[in-house]
Amino acid sequence: MEKEKTLVHEKTEMKDASVAEHTRDRKTFIPRIDISENSNELIILADISGASEKDVNISLENNVLTIEASVPEQNFEGHTLAYSEYDVGDYHRSFTLSESIDRPKITAKMKNGVLTVVLPKAEQVKPKRIPVHTA
Amino acid sequence: MLATMRTMNPWREMARFEHDMDTMLSSIRNIRPAVYPALNVFSNEDDLVITSEIPGVDPEDVEISIEGDSLTIKGLRKANDLQPGEKWHLRERSTGNFTRTLRLPYRVESPRVEADYKSGVLMITLPRAQADKPRKIQVKIEK
Repeated sequence: MEKEKTLVHEKTEMKDASVAEHTRDRKTFIPRIDISENSNELIILADISGASEKDVNISLENNVLTIEASVPEQNFEGHTLAYSEYDVGDYHRSFTLSESIDRPKITAKMKNGVLTVVLPKAEQVKPKRIPVHTA
Repeated sequence: MLATMRTMNPWREMARFEHDMDTMLSSIRNIRPAVYPALNVFSNEDDLVITSEIPGVDPEDVEISIEGDSLTIKGLRKANDLQPGEKWHLRERSTGNFTRTLRLPYRVESPRVEADYKSGVLMITLPRAQADKPRKIQVKIEK
């Protein structure tokens, strides 16, 4: 059995202004992700707490996958922030995929603040068995 | 003189400086206590609202309890197991059990405490106990 990882809450803020467009006066974080692969697809999980389906934007351009999410501000009428351990902000992350992806078949869903993106591999990169015939 | 010249290797000095800086910076980063989950507390006269980002948790795996003036949040972030034929490329999301206890600034009415979990954000509303609310005392003015 694999050893359990310690739970950490460490939101990494994105400092690169050229990537994080500060159209709003707030922080942008780099979401933590898991990437797994099987013979048919790549599966990406991203922790983007506070974002719902409509807040997420995913794009794939020249093998660069970009995940963006804008998170609505926490506002509690008549309350003041008494104690704070974390900041609320948007999310942004892009990375290059080494595999060719069958773009029209990409699917994404949100559940409990976790984004799941399934990227099916393009036919030509799937391992193919080539039959060897006897002469 | 020559001996000191030989020991002064600028590259090694640079490397040592870099190493010292790294050690110093990492110790600063470690000052932040490794508590999970991180909480934000909002308050007013009548209640407290506590929020926490715990993405990927099944609401059934979250347990909230109040004892006296302390609030305990327990939960589990389940690990995603690999299916046969799958492999990891990257694993940054943490999994496991967590427990966090927080001392509340005042007594709350436990039966009226509400918890809500939406988009990975847990929100707990704790109404202040009536008996604990500061009483306003009118000062009479004698005529």
